[in-house]
Amino acid sequence: MLGYTLRRLAATIPVMGVVALFVFSLLYLSPGDPAAIIAGDIATEEDIAKIRARLGLDQPYFIRFGTWLWALAQGDLGTSIFTGLPVTTLIGQRLEPTLALTLCTLVVAVALAVPLGVIAAARAGGWIDRVVMAVSVVGFSVPVFVLAYGLVLLFAVQLEWLPVQGYTPLKEGFWPFLRHMILPSVALGLTYMALIARITRASMLDVLSQDYVRTAHAKGLAPGTVLVRHALKNAAVPIVTIIGIGIALLIGGVVVTETVFAIPGIGRLVVDAILRRDYPIIQGVTLLFSAVYVLVNLLVDLSYVFFDPRIRY
Amino acid sequence: MTFPRIASGRQLAAAVLGCCLLLPGAALAQSGKTLKFIPEADLRILDPIVTTAYITRNYGYMVFDVLLAVDEKFQIQPQMLEKYEVSADKITYTFTLRDGLKFHDGAPVRSADCIASIERWAKRDVFGQKLGDLTDSWTAVNAKTFRLKLKKPFPYVLDALAKPSSNVPFIMPERMAKTDASTPVTESIGSGPFKFVKAEWVPGNKVVFVKNADYVPRKEAPSWGAGGKVAKVDRVEWIYIPDSATAAAALNAGEVDWWQQMPPDLIPLLAKNKDVKIENTDPLGSIGLLRFNHLQPPFNNVKLREAVLAVVNQNDYAIAIAGDPKNGKPCASFFTCGTPLANSAGSTVLTGKRDFERAKALVKESGYKGEKVIILDATDQPIVHSQALVTADLLKKIGINAELAASDWGTVITRRASKEPVEKGGWSILHTWFVGPDIVSPALNSPLRGAGEKSWFGWPNDPKLEELRDKWFDAPTLADQKKAAEELQLQGWKTIPYIPTAQLIIPTAYRSNIPGIIKSPVTFLWNVEKK
Repeated sequence: MLGYTLRRLAATIPVMGVVALFVFSLLYLSPGDPAAIIAGDIATEEDIAKIRARLGLDQPYFIRFGTWLWALAQGDLGTSIFTGLPVTTLIGQRLEPTLALTLCTLVVAVALAVPLGVIAAARAGGWIDRVVMAVSVVGFSVPVFVLAYGLVLLFAVQLEWLPVQGYTPLKEGFWPFLRHMILPSVALGLTYMALIARITRASMLDVLSQDYVRTAHAKGLAPGTVLVRHALKNAAVPIVTIIGIGIALLIGGVVVTETVFAIPGIGRLVVDAILRRDYPIIQGVTLLFSAVYVLVNLLVDLSYVFFDPRIRY
Repeated sequence: MTFPRIASGRQLAAAVLGCCLLLPGAALAQSGKTLKFIPEADLRILDPIVTTAYITRNYGYMVFDVLLAVDEKFQIQPQMLEKYEVSADKITYTFTLRDGLKFHDGAPVRSADCIASIERWAKRDVFGQKLGDLTDSWTAVNAKTFRLKLKKPFPYVLDALAKPSSNVPFIMPERMAKTDASTPVTESIGSGPFKFVKAEWVPGNKVVFVKNADYVPRKEAPSWGAGGKVAKVDRVEWIYIPDSATAAAALNAGEVDWWQQMPPDLIPLLAKNKDVKIENTDPLGSIGLLRFNHLQPPFNNVKLREAVLAVVNQNDYAIAIAGDPKNGKPCASFFTCGTPLANSAGSTVLTGKRDFERAKALVKESGYKGEKVIILDATDQPIVHSQALVTADLLKKIGINAELAASDWGTVITRRASKEPVEKGGWSILHTWFVGPDIVSPALNSPLRGAGEKSWFGWPNDPKLEELRDKWFDAPTLADQKKAAEELQLQGWKTIPYIPTAQLIIPTAYRSNIPGIIKSPVTFLWNVEKK
């Protein structure tokens, strides 16, 4: 498996190279001029041209790409065109809130979805199953921002139990941190809960119809033991896969959640950068996201070995 | 294989939770009073000379100080200066700094700092460039006194140095001011009433300032940018909240103290809260404008511009943008209404009966053959978007083949630089807005220039406009200046470089426990208490 892991890790390099080329080319071709944004509305064309020259934006494509690639090869993601701060610093400032939101959302989603999916499968066709599926449909259907505003209105504005917005780092205490994470995690988590619950149910239904499950029941094992130890374990591969895909989807999902709850995360960083054409940030964050996506996929693939002994790499 | 993963996961979760709970409840609690303020935009650039962005200007007022400032009566008052003297021939100006002025790094403010700062500003700012053209020399007489010698008398020296909006001639240490005028300075050292805390700056989220304990405010009461700049809180946090609904909820819940600019449609929501006040603190507001592309057909034809002018109804634009007549009103002058040079010369072309039949006749007379007209529309900028929708409707009513080019603001400001025909990515009409102080005079009003391709985007070519602008520069008295401004306006209505669409007031909302907000065209954060 070590060889497989190393091969997969090595394969990320050309993948990242293609991503780098694609992102750089796309930005080069897209309309927009950060120099005009920096100069402001009253600036003249001469002012803008001077700023463009200072930033090197008047250079040909290959020179700009080569310069960026050379710096990247040395671990330098560049500096923000606007703030002058290194992209690594900006990503570092934003990493904790996004990681915290992603993890909390996954915890909320998985902790609710897997048990609900298992129970729904065990009681297929019953009222519990119908309720779980109805909740799933709601989870899929309600946009994150609608749910987010509803939660803010109820729990932050009306009841005043939780804060409306913002983020408190973990180092400032667990409760302040958690208070700021509850509403965003629930708002974002409901969609993923719905997704994972439906996959869990479907996967469990498939496994529960297998002969070995009937055998386990015939042996007199407790229903709970059959469900968790025999059925859930064998149904885990598609569930883990969908959780992995969920992490990738979360990268997109956090943008809306971070905006509504004013969380200074990477999602907002990249959206702001796109609106201002802050190319180094867009390029840096896209590379980071693609690396995360590749690694999550690798981890998901590796995890199959633990759930299904028939899988070998 | 057993199924140990659940147990392991549970253990892991318990371990993480345990670790978190054991972490010290880090006491980043700030001592003293902190004012939490939602600014109009996100601060990105820390050099108010490189950019004209208003958010950077506002940052500049926190960190830097100015030699002179305009008060609410439009009078120029000394700020960093103890006094200034003008020679009898009006060629030499001698400025003397106040005692006790210090930069945030402890160094005293010297004449050399002021001269370098003004010279850098004069390379960027339109008013500064005019002053620079007429400057013979700047000389440091001693550490506190410096002298300006002109090539010829220029009646607006003090007006230029007291310019309240972008670019403001802020005073920086000489080493910063020696930076190329197109390259942003890398330090944030000023002599203003607040210090910038760079270590706590999270672009896109938070900007932190602390009170400058060494600042020596003037004794006079604050009045716009003049008078005493007394910091009455220990710390100011600008918290950028991009979503309006979230910002409103945060103010409602008391998580922030002051929301600088709120969309008018949220006024009813906040008005229900007795602890929140909503006010118009900006006496001048902003001016919306409809700008033609004078280089390309069809609006290179004055007849067609006249046709549009004949049907523009400022009330429609005011309502479309502001939603409430209290926050938007007509202003049929090329100079900000409510300021000394605002006038009504020739304005009946905009205030008279809106005449669609005449407009259609003018369209016909112009020889317009149904060419496509592109209106740039930034859908992420409500003020721009509202104006674009109204204009598109008007043009269609008078038989012009108008098409909205919807995009984000970043794309609009790139496309507006294109001088190509619309088929090659050009444009016909753009909308934007300027804050009141930016168009109070011919010196500042960039869209009112007629210098052809050297003019602001749209590039009107009207030598008469330039001639009248120069005449204004030479006008020695206020009466002469007003007369020159009227002549300039009359010429503007003839060639129509742009059409002012409305004067807008964007309300501000704040918690009732923060008295002392200064009513001014620029938002200042000194004098504001937190009780």
